[in-house]
Amino acid sequence: MISRRHFLHATAAAHALAVASGLGPLGRAAAQQRLSEQDILRFEPLGQVTILHVTDIHAQLVPLYFREPSINLGVGPAKGKPPHLTDQAFRDFFKIAGGTAEAHALTSDDFTALARTYGRMGGMDRVSRLISAIRAERGADKVLLLDGGDTWQGSWTALQTRGDDMVQVMNALGVEAMTSHWEFTYGEDRVKELAEKSKAAFLAQNVRDNEWQEAVFEPRKTFEKGGAKIAVIGQAFPRTPIANPRWMIPKWEFGLREEDIQKQVDEARAEGADVVVLLSHNGFDVDAKLATRVNGIDVILTAHTHDAMPGVVTAGRTILVASGSHGKFVSRLDLDIRDKKVTGYRYKLLPVFSDAITPDPSMAGLVHTIRKPFATELAQEIGRTDSLLFRRGNFNGTFDDLIAQAMLAERDAEIALTPGFRWGGTLLPGDAITFDAIANATAITYPACYRMEMTGAQLKDVLEDVADNIFHPDPYFQGGGDMVRVGGVGYAIDVSAPMGRRISDLTLLKSGRPLEASRPYTVAGWASVNQGTQGPPIWDVVKAHVARHKTVRIEPNSAVKVTGA
Amino acid sequence: MATRPTPRVRVPGNIKAGDAVEVKTLISHEMESGQRRGQDGKPIPRKIINRFTATFNGKPVFEADWHAAISANPYQSFFFRPSENGELKMVWKDDDGSEYTATSRITVS
Amino acid sequence: MAGPVVYRTRRSVLHMAALAAAASVIAPRLSKADAKAVEAEIKKLYDGKTIADGRVKLDVPQIAENGLVVPITVDVESPMTEQNYVKAVHVYADGNPLPGVFTFRFSPLSGRASASTRMRLAQTQNIVAVAEMSDGSLFTTKAEVKVTIGGCGG
Repeated sequence: MISRRHFLHATAAAHALAVASGLGPLGRAAAQQRLSEQDILRFEPLGQVTILHVTDIHAQLVPLYFREPSINLGVGPAKGKPPHLTDQAFRDFFKIAGGTAEAHALTSDDFTALARTYGRMGGMDRVSRLISAIRAERGADKVLLLDGGDTWQGSWTALQTRGDDMVQVMNALGVEAMTSHWEFTYGEDRVKELAEKSKAAFLAQNVRDNEWQEAVFEPRKTFEKGGAKIAVIGQAFPRTPIANPRWMIPKWEFGLREEDIQKQVDEARAEGADVVVLLSHNGFDVDAKLATRVNGIDVILTAHTHDAMPGVVTAGRTILVASGSHGKFVSRLDLDIRDKKVTGYRYKLLPVFSDAITPDPSMAGLVHTIRKPFATELAQEIGRTDSLLFRRGNFNGTFDDLIAQAMLAERDAEIALTPGFRWGGTLLPGDAITFDAIANATAITYPACYRMEMTGAQLKDVLEDVADNIFHPDPYFQGGGDMVRVGGVGYAIDVSAPMGRRISDLTLLKSGRPLEASRPYTVAGWASVNQGTQGPPIWDVVKAHVARHKTVRIEPNSAVKVTGA
Repeated sequence: MATRPTPRVRVPGNIKAGDAVEVKTLISHEMESGQRRGQDGKPIPRKIINRFTATFNGKPVFEADWHAAISANPYQSFFFRPSENGELKMVWKDDDGSEYTATSRITVS
Repeated sequence: MAGPVVYRTRRSVLHMAALAAAASVIAPRLSKADAKAVEAEIKKLYDGKTIADGRVKLDVPQIAENGLVVPITVDVESPMTEQNYVKAVHVYADGNPLPGVFTFRFSPLSGRASASTRMRLAQTQNIVAVAEMSDGSLFTTKAEVKVTIGGCGG
């Protein structure tokens, strides 16, 4: 154990931790004001098979801070249920005490103080160490390592190597199968090339060529572990061509294809599978619904919505796992299999506390080699922040406020639109804003920061459309992600209203006047899915803005008034 | 139009007599809907393939009447249950009177 | 391709709006068919005969990935014998400028009353299918397809 930090246990209720937290014995360790790699790994093995799941790493090679959301509303059947709980409600549900390591890993309030106490999370060398230790303890032939996708995108090195760095890392980690979403933003040819280079099977049952409707990728693969046959079905993000540029994948069609998942399950069973796993990038709520409609899935490894839960949710026989994002967690699920049935399971969400885990030297070396050619560029300090800069939250994030302010100023616009991406690291007050940090929030293959005119009515249409994709009561109509962030404009949203009637009181903040439906406004934005979008890359816009101000301070944002939650 | 529409057809191999098999077809065609205006503001006249027919040894198997909402480079699949060997003939009829034809030899076992 | 497309989806309209480089010619706003008019038209077409729900199945995406190319499959439960088969399936889109999409005509030689094509949808709307059986009976079903700009995703 190398922790230099004092793992402070700040509040009472230590007994509750040991009772039912899915982090298991970690709770006790945290209560005893220290935390070791052994505590993180401690697990009483069960049955024949261990499934390890990592997902939505977003190309984060080195440890980072990542603040979980303070607002993560569930609608329809998901309202008020995990994973749609935050802060105190989340801690109450999972019996986590405030001020603990788990509270830092899983909730957002008091983030700055807890981050200073417990340090960064993630880092592929730490992830590698945990996975190697589990393989050694359990026997490598009993362990199946799966990656839920959103792995090849999210950092400057991933963008510059067009995903190659992450393929090297995941190959070194020994990932056996993956599925995908942001990977597709490298375009058809590159995805095929990297899928070929990847030692992990690239599984995606729901991707078809749009000429003859034939499968583009392997739909599923069966693995033998601990004497059991485990069929893994891959499900890529069904809405990739809507949420991301379709022109980058012009020959491919996606969709949920629920009936085809059922066919895959039935075929896998007919071939003698003992366990059927859906390696999914649908998003948690979509999978929670799917679990009630497709028969015969034992485990759904969820992704996309970046939910992290220290416990599983079950729907009938189906176990749903939510493993978080950015390399913060590794999920371990042990299965006891008898007569082709899962008769028992044990689960732990392993938090990757960077300071408590010894880095795996060979992975650390690989990460160093990958980052070395870019080291000077990445380390460049553009400015500093006085405020906590974070991304997650249904309506706002301070990092997004910074991006919006940069666009308003640098592109001389009245209104700025910045997408509700759920990836990108968090910076603490006083931290340097390096180019690395800016790239972690902006590195995409369609970065042009456009500037154009839009009427008030068109802006409302955009907000209504995006809101419907987040707050539609039927999860199958939800696309994941958070609300598009709007700079320069305030609005009210009734999340429970139907499409077209959620957004009201659009106000131009500068003048305090209502937005006029027919008046054109100058709007700057980025991440347009349209081909041929013109403008400087967004990271240059943010860089210029931060460089100009040297020190960034983001005031609390009250421009969005939420009702109906 | 730059090139003459070219049909492509996929018929499964190893057809057993009495089995319904899926035939997939594609043809290159802009399917100009008649609903658009050009740069000069004048309407662009409709020019679509309005009918697709499939016959087997002269007997009707499947027909489709296509309206302006059918996508460019139209795709059509249909089922077909042959009980004998013969010729599957597919014809696409254009608004301008042209016909484009494809045939497939069908052998059943 | 010259000129803008009237069958432009809302998604692309919004994103076009989000681009200074919008087309130089703005497509005329055609009066689109509305759901009630289409329903009335269908009733008229079938002479006021009873149209029952069921038997015909529409497979369309709940959310269109590309409004210009929306896959559609119709499938009708039927033995497809000389005595008892599906004669035709008519499909309408109640939010397109022209509601008629296609008519498929089957025969006993079809073996299965199932066929697929791809269509253009101008906006979120209902797709209505009416199946005509060889005994003259009629069946219908309806499915909504959402055309959206999407959120930008996790």
